[in-house]
Amino acid sequence: MTDRALAVVRAGALTTVQDRGRPGHAHLGVPRSGALDGPAAALANRLTGNPPDAAVLETTLDGCSLRPRSTVTVAVTGAPCPVAVDGRPAAWGAPVRVRAGSVLDVGAAFSGVRAYVAVSGGIAVEPVLGSRSTDLLSGLGPAPLTDGAVLPLGTPGEPHARVDAAPQPAPPDELVLRVTPGPRDDWFTPAAVRLLTSRAYHVSPASNRIGLRTTGPALERARRDELLSEGMVLGAVQVPPDGTPVVFLADHPTTGGYPVIAVVRPADLPAAAQARPGTPVRFVAVRPRRRLSGG
Amino acid sequence: MRVLRVGEDALLVEVSSGDEAQALHAELLRRRAEGSLPAGEIVPAARTVLLDGLSDPARLAAELTSLRLPPVSPYARETVEIPVRYDGPDLADVAAHWGVPAREVARVHAGTEFRVAFCGFAPGFGYLTGLPARYDVPRRATPRTAVPAGSVALAGPYTGVYPRSSPGGWQLIGTTDLVLWDHARVPAALLSPGTRVRFVPVTGSAA
Repeated sequence: MTDRALAVVRAGALTTVQDRGRPGHAHLGVPRSGALDGPAAALANRLTGNPPDAAVLETTLDGCSLRPRSTVTVAVTGAPCPVAVDGRPAAWGAPVRVRAGSVLDVGAAFSGVRAYVAVSGGIAVEPVLGSRSTDLLSGLGPAPLTDGAVLPLGTPGEPHARVDAAPQPAPPDELVLRVTPGPRDDWFTPAAVRLLTSRAYHVSPASNRIGLRTTGPALERARRDELLSEGMVLGAVQVPPDGTPVVFLADHPTTGGYPVIAVVRPADLPAAAQARPGTPVRFVAVRPRRRLSGG
Repeated sequence: MRVLRVGEDALLVEVSSGDEAQALHAELLRRRAEGSLPAGEIVPAARTVLLDGLSDPARLAAELTSLRLPPVSPYARETVEIPVRYDGPDLADVAAHWGVPAREVARVHAGTEFRVAFCGFAPGFGYLTGLPARYDVPRRATPRTAVPAGSVALAGPYTGVYPRSSPGGWQLIGTTDLVLWDHARVPAALLSPGTRVRFVPVTGSAA
């Protein structure tokens, strides 16, 4: 029988379908969405022989359990966690064969936050604007997984990768985020700009796919007037009225009315996806690699 | 015009008025269409246009400072007609802000030519400009927890139509049955930046 589908035995705290998202629609108010830890999702696809844009599952802290209806190859990457098939330990970060009807259990993360589960053929829910990603801000894409849900799988292409274990970065003990100041750093006092880069912040438990929230001293504004709504980028460090910085992640709103004091380098955001609440955050000011003439 | 750096590969271009932002947006779209502006996203807003996904922001920033903006052609885009029942729960409050009888709100609003200045808040939610400044209204002091889909609403200088039910603090003046956002439709969004809009008053359930 070739029933290409995946039954959800245990959905976990928050498990969503993610691919590379739907960039290019920000002018319509559509967030980019997509896997928060892009390199981990890409590795999971590579290990299972999927193309890089195949949809995978993104779990949050406590994993999930899945029962494929046909024999598949899976790979679990991202946050290190126990992996088991029908109760027997299996490899993390490597291709694992799961027979039709067996249960794959992705356990609670030892460290980090988000594990990625790729299944050969990819999760084949109907794409919305070219992407299968769940967007938790605007509600586009499939709903987060629920116990008992059944997800369609695509047809496997390439054979899985011939590796025993692929190297992956460890989740951060300290989250170092390189930032380029601006575009609205002039809305803050010089002291606030120094404070941002003074190691005083920690990851807040209120963080989610929309933004990495922080706890720490409030950044004081030099201007009291209201900023008119303007376009927002991935990695923008927005400062709401309470003064504590929020780093915009994949499901961030496309426009916003709070000033952006700095922008995090995109290369540093996958680590932000794996930083647990309480992790120290160090914002390090760097100059853009290419400077504007005269500025 | 001010060009601000946004991270490694984006620029925020700030101008002095909403009209100028719309003209800048139209010109940037024209350049992208002709192939002279490689940009992943061009996102207009109230007084700015964000250019994201740029390969050489420094060079583009230098070019932008010498940009001359042609005025926006009023005939450049199609007009979307939105049938509306002017039956919103805040109609009387808006009439009071405007200092006119309630029926006059519908006449003024339906007699205005709007343009989508920018989108945001939710997929397909357009911020429409066109009403003279004397008709600006504040947001409601207490936002509603659920504004029904199809609500036609005012806040500040803007008119908007809620594409789906969501919390909101705008003043509700009417209702439309038109579907503003349908991701199975091409295009999914009925309104995009630059679209011209007219509201057509209807009565009963035909909106």
